[in-house]
Amino acid sequence: MSLKNWLYALSAAASLTLPAVHDAQAEDSIYVPLFTYRTGPFAGSGTPIANGMHDYLTLLNERDGGIGGVKLIVEECETGYDTKKGLECYESVKPKKPVIVNPWSTGITLPLIPKAAVDKIPVLSMAYGLSASAKGDTFPWIFNPPATYWDGFTQILQYIATQEGGGVEKLKGKKIGYIYLDASFGREPLPLIEQLSKELGFEAKLYPVAAADMQNQSSQWLSVRRDKPDYMILYGWGALNATAVKEAVKTNYPMEKFISIWWPSEDDAKGAGDGAKGFKTLNWHAVGADFPLLADIQKHVVDAGKSQVSGKDKVGQVLYNRGIYNSMLIAEAIRKAQEITGNKVVTGEDVRRGLEGLNIDEARLKEIGLEGFTSAVKLSCADHNGHFSTFVQSWNGTTYEKVSDYIAPLSDKVGPLLDADAKAYAEKNAPWPARSEACDAS
Amino acid sequence: MLYNIFIDPFVQMAQMPDLLVQTLWEGLVSGVLYALIALGFVLIFKASGVFNFAQGIMVVFSALTLVGFYEKFSAYGFSGHTAAFVALILTAGVMFVLAMLIERVVLRPLVNQPDIILFMATFGITYMLIGFGEMVFGGDPKQMIASELFLPSGSVDVEMLGGMVSFQKIDIAAAVIASVMIAGLALFFQKTRIGRALRAVADSHKAALSVGISLNQIWVIVWFAAGLVALVTGIMWGARSDVSFALEIVALKALPVLVLGGLTSVPGAIVGGLIIGIGEKLGEFYWGPLLGGGIESWFAYAIALLFLLYRPQGLFGDKIIERI
Repeated sequence: MSLKNWLYALSAAASLTLPAVHDAQAEDSIYVPLFTYRTGPFAGSGTPIANGMHDYLTLLNERDGGIGGVKLIVEECETGYDTKKGLECYESVKPKKPVIVNPWSTGITLPLIPKAAVDKIPVLSMAYGLSASAKGDTFPWIFNPPATYWDGFTQILQYIATQEGGGVEKLKGKKIGYIYLDASFGREPLPLIEQLSKELGFEAKLYPVAAADMQNQSSQWLSVRRDKPDYMILYGWGALNATAVKEAVKTNYPMEKFISIWWPSEDDAKGAGDGAKGFKTLNWHAVGADFPLLADIQKHVVDAGKSQVSGKDKVGQVLYNRGIYNSMLIAEAIRKAQEITGNKVVTGEDVRRGLEGLNIDEARLKEIGLEGFTSAVKLSCADHNGHFSTFVQSWNGTTYEKVSDYIAPLSDKVGPLLDADAKAYAEKNAPWPARSEACDAS
Repeated sequence: MLYNIFIDPFVQMAQMPDLLVQTLWEGLVSGVLYALIALGFVLIFKASGVFNFAQGIMVVFSALTLVGFYEKFSAYGFSGHTAAFVALILTAGVMFVLAMLIERVVLRPLVNQPDIILFMATFGITYMLIGFGEMVFGGDPKQMIASELFLPSGSVDVEMLGGMVSFQKIDIAAAVIASVMIAGLALFFQKTRIGRALRAVADSHKAALSVGISLNQIWVIVWFAAGLVALVTGIMWGARSDVSFALEIVALKALPVLVLGGLTSVPGAIVGGLIIGIGEKLGEFYWGPLLGGGIESWFAYAIALLFLLYRPQGLFGDKIIERI
């Protein structure tokens, strides 16, 4: 046989063998791709989240042999926070039958919304993405717990009102600045801001920052100096957060009046030195590693050399724990899917049902090893978000400290707007399919 | 509307002259730093006719190397000013080795190839440095060792024109260091033998070769100089924010400077940088709110294009006349 024929024979054999290998793999494992960004301008935010997500799922494989005895195949796909690359990741993982995707970018989430129902792959956009996708009747395949960007904005407004000594009526006549990444993420709350500024009587000043100018915000902060807003709200990501905090310090903006959505990390505040003390962000989970689950991660994953964290002190930092929370939702949704279907190896359709039936109560949090880490999470067929309360944490120069009680969103304001936005989305994307997925009794 | 465009900004300038001075100062600092980035492009373009797409990642790579060396020293208990300056020297050494490698591995094999091939090769250098940098340093943002390098912090607040103008000491340092660096490089290329050789290479590779100038040596020197410019740029921008791969996109800010100043002119890079820096800050501050803000990134190009209507070769670029 000539060399050419040998090659033909080998390739034919490979083509017959490979699908068999893949099927075998699919029979006894669950494929969970993680869209991450450890590279590029947003890696500062993306890396700790990727580490947290990865380490939790790795722990389940190492300590428990997976979920329900089924190993997880965890595979990262690098998006660089780039929508185009994110969609390439999606297309590359799709043939491997993922049970869930986590885009980790509002820009990547938006084009996946219409694809999810077609491909039968649920999308978990945890506290980001399209706020209206909380409406399970319109978006049965999209989940964005525990709070939307719109909820977050109203929670910050309420905190501001509290600082002013009352309810939201205290916002009347106030000037509130909004500095944000001029991308899908930062623009997401703009319709809400426009509406609420009219209803509550505050003046909104907008300071968009283009991605190319994330580290060059002096113009925006000069405008802040001119406009003298009573409070500043930040919706930033990557290097934008660190630069915003530095510029606020430089401008002598009072840090106790500078409040961010839930994305800044310790590094974002640390770089501005002592001047950053008092900088505030929203959060819904603990900071620190003093939890049994995190101790297990330290033992089974970090110490075993199976983590990519650059130092042990990174475990327990705010964005690392955010990744932990994200993977907790994934794992519990898979567990719930196994419970609902009775199958050990579940599909994307099963996990969608698992997400709708998600009910992580205090007892379950204790079993997981995260007692006191966060509050209970319960989703339903109609509500894919939960609109849970968050709290305000303040930077003390070393770490973030919780400085407020839990604040519920202004559901009476946000709810009707979300309904209207979900309806408008469906009309704009007509013919938007009516929900055909059955709802499991939970 | 016409009032808002043509009258109101000037009324604001007159009513709040302190903010006008502050805006001009911020623009000046940005402009000097843009000029520094643009200078890296100009140096390499003059010597080899290559538009170095890798200049942005060289800024990131050099700053990460500096901080990386310092962190390693600190891990062994060697920190402070001495460690910072040793790290600085070692980083300069790394940039020299990088220049040699680029000359040997990328430029030399591509001599006499069309410019577009060399341009594409700089894409390769970019992605190689991104991958290598991420492998060695990771994606976490790092703090620039500004105080260890004796870079000042805090501000000088001056009461003037009925208000307060704040000059950040790091910005003053950035403006001074960048100006000294630009002046030093200009002197080096004007007054030294190597500088004259560089200008000869820039005029004609073949003519320079015919009089015994080593093209390879010149390329190493120029890429090393661009590496040092990248290092200073990385330190200054890193001190203003943090050291991360986000610095790479700061280099994009040099493009309108190059459009305006021309790719072959050192004075063009400086004047272009200042015009773009001051112009974009004024544009964003006074006219930005009319357009919803965030106009800075494209406003710089609008300024550059406006100038090009009158001087297509850029402010100081050579007028190209081709006989047909």
